Amino acid sequence: MLIKIIDHIDIQEAYKYLNNDGAGAVNVFLGTVRDNSKGKKVRQLAFEAYEPMALKEMQKVAEAAAERWPLLAIAIIHVTGTKKPGEAVVLTGVSSAHRDASFEACRFLIDELKRTVPIWKKEFYEDESVWVNAHP
Amino acid sequence: MQILLFGITKDIVGQSQLTLPEGETVGNVSQLKTWLCKQYPEFNNLSSLAIAVNSEYADDDTLIDSQSEVALIPPVSGG
Repeated sequence: MLIKIIDHIDIQEAYKYLNNDGAGAVNVFLGTVRDNSKGKKVRQLAFEAYEPMALKEMQKVAEAAAERWPLLAIAIIHVTGTKKPGEAVVLTGVSSAHRDASFEACRFLIDELKRTVPIWKKEFYEDESVWVNAHP
Repeated sequence: MQILLFGITKDIVGQSQLTLPEGETVGNVSQLKTWLCKQYPEFNNLSSLAIAVNSEYADDDTLIDSQSEVALIPPVSGG
């Protein structure tokens, strides 16, 4: 399993890690910075992680996927720091013999990451900044 | 006991760590939450506030002592 918190996502590195002669499918999801949120222009995002716990929780998510689907390799990479619109901030990826498992598992990884991994995102607009999801 | 703060909890408190005052005793997560919400009423307005003890999500009855690494986990928003 390739589990990392870093400054910059290297897609080639993840693809090399995931690809495998036994694989008939490699599925990679990239989350990127969108330049708008709820009708407001977003200048940048800042990500912060409780790193030791975030790595543990990412590992748990990967292990849960490995139990549910016959996967050959799993990658979960998240950035911290400040990112501009268009930049990649998260990557989840898997390889498997057949495509169904890889589509389903890849989606599971990102959905679970967003639910449990202690990483926080602050959106910076033209006039203010807000921690996403903090308030009801 | 050191309490690590992240995301909006860091902004509310104005620093990245909190130390429990001398003489203040909290034996479990539930007592810690009560103390925190009294000191920082803005915590009550958050969508949720989880506590991690030794970098694992903890229940209200999880015990904590001076050796525990405690962290406040406001609603996560990775991805």
